[in-house]
Parts: sequence; structure tokens; C-alpha cells
Amino acid sequence: MKLLKILAATTAVAVLLAAPAYAQTRIALVVKSLGNGFFDAANKGAQEAAAELGDVEVIYTGPTAATAEAQIEVVNSLIAQQVDAIAISANDPDALVPVLQKAMERGIKVISWDSGVAPEGRQLHLNPSDIGLIGETIIKLAADYLPEGGDVAILSAASTATNQNAWIEAAKAAIPAKFPNINLVSVVYGDDDSVKSTDEAKGLIASYPDLKAIIAPTTVGVVAAAQVVTDQNLIGKVNVTGLALPSEFKQFIDNGASQAVALWNPIDLGYSAVMLANDLVKGEEAKPGATLSMGRVGEVTLDDTNSGAMAAPFQFDKSNIEEFSKIY
Amino acid sequence: MTDTPHRHLPDRLDNPLKSAILSWESLLVLVAVAIFIVNSFSSPYFLNAWSLSDLTFNFTEKALIALAMALLIISGEIDLSVAAIIALASTLMGFALQYGADTPVLVAIGIGTGIACGAFNGFLVTGLKLPSIVVTIGTMSLFRGISFIILGDQSFKGYPASFAWFGQGYVFWVISFELVLFAVAALVFYVLLHRTNFGRRVYAIGNNDVAAKFSGVRVERVKFILFCLTGLMSGMAAVLLTARLGSTRPSIAEGWELEAITMVVLGGVSILGGAGTIIGVVLAALIMGLVTFGLGLLNVPGIVMSIFIGALLIIVIALPILYRQLRSRR
Repeated sequence: MKLLKILAATTAVAVLLAAPAYAQTRIALVVKSLGNGFFDAANKGAQEAAAELGDVEVIYTGPTAATAEAQIEVVNSLIAQQVDAIAISANDPDALVPVLQKAMERGIKVISWDSGVAPEGRQLHLNPSDIGLIGETIIKLAADYLPEGGDVAILSAASTATNQNAWIEAAKAAIPAKFPNINLVSVVYGDDDSVKSTDEAKGLIASYPDLKAIIAPTTVGVVAAAQVVTDQNLIGKVNVTGLALPSEFKQFIDNGASQAVALWNPIDLGYSAVMLANDLVKGEEAKPGATLSMGRVGEVTLDDTNSGAMAAPFQFDKSNIEEFSKIY
Repeated sequence: MTDTPHRHLPDRLDNPLKSAILSWESLLVLVAVAIFIVNSFSSPYFLNAWSLSDLTFNFTEKALIALAMALLIISGEIDLSVAAIIALASTLMGFALQYGADTPVLVAIGIGTGIACGAFNGFLVTGLKLPSIVVTIGTMSLFRGISFIILGDQSFKGYPASFAWFGQGYVFWVISFELVLFAVAALVFYVLLHRTNFGRRVYAIGNNDVAAKFSGVRVERVKFILFCLTGLMSGMAAVLLTARLGSTRPSIAEGWELEAITMVVLGGVSILGGAGTIIGVVLAALIMGLVTFGLGLLNVPGIVMSIFIGALLIIVIALPILYRQLRSRR
């Protein structure tokens, strides 16, 4: 009985607390996992967008382990909080669909960015860049410093990561026509885990003695690979390249383990994701051919699957790494 | 021990009421109520029928495994391959789906795979007399490895709506099928452990399997059945999780073995075997769900959540031990 009374009292208080409605638009920026420099930079852009819009609050959240199951728990708690929009970079394109459909059924706008969700699980998807262009760029980064060609290998994130897999497919497609003397010998998966990525990089170097470059299209893998090359005194022999966050990677451009890496601007990506989510909350419709505003970044036009590309990847080398490493 | 034939011998020497109040389960009830109240005060969104319903999805599948795992740990064994069994069962269901299997067949394959994997573990442990921790570390890699071979970086999807109902459907209003299944399973395991001869044998084996053997308990057979049961529950969890995700990838349910074992230990089951209750495990599952969901509502980062669960585990385990030490010192 006493327990019931306590519960009743708690309920009453909670209802009172719930009463004042929030005038603000709340947009949740859900990332693959917290503690990743890339996503922290995206959050910086998201907060910038929120400040610019004025009446928007950005909730930056994500699981500790980069798994679909953990991300579903995060989305469930956001549904319970009745946020206005969810902008998610998904750990799995399919597994998140049912829970995101549930979110949409309860009136929440859902967009995906960076790593996408299958079309039935979101209203629109914002690609940081064009898949074909990224695939080509990561091979070009290696090929530019291999005039005579040679063996290269790819160190990816999880074998289930949507974006990485798409880029690798595009890279494979670009090799025969544009980089005929580049020989892709292997694709391995470091799961965006420093230890596993390090082991996989060591494995590549041991298995392929003629390896000229390791291409890691992930910010965790590229640092691990560059550290392995540095530790094993292979600077000048194996060039590490891929997609890297300048602030995390600057030391490896400086010491020569890497000639150049590329990335889009995650600040712009987080900024654009919040702008697009806000467009939908304000009543704009996401449909093929629609053009939506991304504030200072420009406009995006949606294709048949309601996805659009933000901008082309940007190359960092000795000439500009200093400047960009201070930004993100 | 006096051995007068007509004298009533009590089951226990403590006063039953006093021991019930001081029991682990009452402590867990207190913790659960405390967290419930804190949650209600700290987030305006917590006390909502749909929120509470969504909350249950955070633990039902893992808790189903924890029920069987509890019996296994009480008997002095362990199964670390449960999450890998989910991966393999889910992969085989997806594989069958490609050949047009419908819902009843999919469910049968999921549960059948679970039982087969459990029986394989049980055979290695009881037939070949290998330590269960070693066997199941091995089968953990084996089962998930097979999934990776079949799927690589691909996924199976397109499960029928009637199948999705198992993981997303509601029996009545906000009461999900998963929650009902968990309640039924908890009841079945309660009866099995606390109200049958089989349950008494599980305790006897966990306390002293040599003595149990000399008392006529078929130790190996009981342990084999327990491994099959754990496999069965993992297969069931695989059906629910696959239905909830609507897709299969080889990385499905990664790390769940530790979460299931955490529930069992938090529920007061002795990791050394021989002691523990189903009620404790059910309460522990509820507490883990309440904590993760409550912190999620406050948008607390996941790493803080892990720290919180770890601290909770240590506190709940340390409290009774400290209490006993204090009392014995007096």
C-alpha cells in the first residue's frame, strides 16, 4: 500500500513536470558511437545551426558501442522524449528501419546523414559527398604518389558499415579504367576499433611484402595504420592514406607516414543535417526532385531515393594540414 | 544432527519472514523501486504507457537468455556462446527465407538451431568432459564464424510481416508479444527451478557434483539438458531480435553474452554455482532496463551508462558481503 502511495505521488509530480510544453524545436543528432572526433566535429556544426536558427535545441547522442542494437535503444529513448526530428548516422541500414518507422508513425521527422538508412526508414538521406567520387578519390590519393603503380590494400571499418562498403565498391569500379597499374590485393575490416585496426594493418604488412599503400576510409583505421607504419619504420615504403580527421592525423602527415588524406567537412555535415531536419519540421516535404535549403552550405536536390549529396571530398596534405587541424 | 523419525525438521533455521526481508530479492526490489522513482522525477517522459512499453524492449531478449543461463550457472557451468548462437540462428533463418520459407518454418529453424547449438555445447562439456568456459569460448567463435562465412558483409532482409510481429507486435494495447513471452518463460523457469525435482538436482550439482552423483543424480544428463535449454532460449531470442530488426547481419547481438551474464549475477546467482533464484534474475533484468532507459531519457552518454551499470553491479554484490562481515565482526 505504501508503495502504491509513493508511486501515485511520483506520478502526480511527474505529470506536473510534464505539463509545460517545450516551445523549442528539438532535433536529435544521433551518431554511430560517441567519442569519435568526426562526430564531435559534426556536433559542432549542428550547434552552430541551432544557434543560427534560434528556436532549435540540438540533442547530441549515440551509443558507446557502434552496434545497431545499442543505437535502437537510443532511438527508443528519443521517441519517448517526443523530439521533433531525428538525424541519424546509422550503424546498420536495415536493422534501424523498424524503430525509425515507429518514430515516423509517432510524428517524428527522420533523416539519415553520413551512413544511411534504407529509404523506407527515413524521409531523406544526406550523403557527405558522392559515393562514386569518394571511391575514386581514395584510390587517387594512393595513385598520385605511386607513379609506377603497385599493390594497395583497404583497411575498412565494420564489414556492415554502409558507407564504407559503397565507397569500396566504387573504388573497385574505378580502378580498371582510371588507375590500371594499381593492384588492390585485399580488403580487411578493423571495426573502427583501434586495437583491431592495428592488428589488421600489421597483418596486411606481413601478408603482402610488396604493399605500397594502405587505404583506410575511416578515421580510426587510418590513424591505426599510420601508427603501425611509423612503429615498424616503414615510412617512405608504405604510404598510408584514406579519409582522416586533420587534427587526429596531422602528426602522420608531418612525419611522412602519409602524403595526403581527404575528408569532407564534418562541421558542415552536422550543420546541414540539422538544417534539413529543421526544414522538414517547418513543413517542407521530402520528395524526389525537391530542393531543400542547408543554410550557408547551400541547397541539396533529392534524387529518386530521396537522397542528396552535400559536397566533394577535400584533400589535406603538407600545405594545408596545419590550418585544418586547428578546425577539427 | 538428531535423527528422530517423528520430529519435524525445518527446511531452514532462520525465521522465514526475517530471511525474506533480508534477502537479495528484497534488496533488488528496493533498488528497482528507487530507480523507478528517480526516473519519474528526473524525466517528464518516463511515466507514459508507451515509454514504459518501449523500455521493455531494452531487456526482454537478453533476459530470456538470462533465465536459462541462471540455471546453467547455478549448476556450475557457463555458456559464453549464447550471442553467437543468436547470430547463427538468425543467419540460418535468413538463409531459409531466401528459399521462400514462411513464418512457422522460420521460427522452427531459429529455435531448432538454438537447440542444436546448445546440444553441441552440452555434448562437448558432458560427453568429452571439457570445461564449459573453454568449450563455449570456442563455439562462440565457431557459431559466429559460420554466420560470417555465409553472410560476409551482406545482410538478409525481407522477413514477412507475420514474422516481424514476434519482435514488433503487441498482444494487447502496450503489452508487447516479447514481454508476454518473457513473463511466461519466467514463470516456467520459476516452476522448473523452484518447484520440481529437476530444479533441486540443479542446486545439488552446483553445490557439489560429486556428492550429487553419489546420491543418484545423473549429473551429465542434467547438465546436457541445461545446455540445450540455454540454446533453446538463445534460439527464441534470435527469433525475437531478428523480427525486431527485420534483418540479419553476422554482427547481430554482439556482446550480449556478457549482458545476459551480468543480469544473472546481479540477480544474486552465485557465479560459483549452487545458489540463486529466478525472481532475482527477473528483477535484475528489470533494473538493467530501468537504468539504461532512464539514463537514455536524460541523454546520458552510453559510456556513463556502462560505468553506472558496473558501479551498480559492484554495489549490489558488495553490500550483502559487507553486511555479513560487519555482523560477524560484532
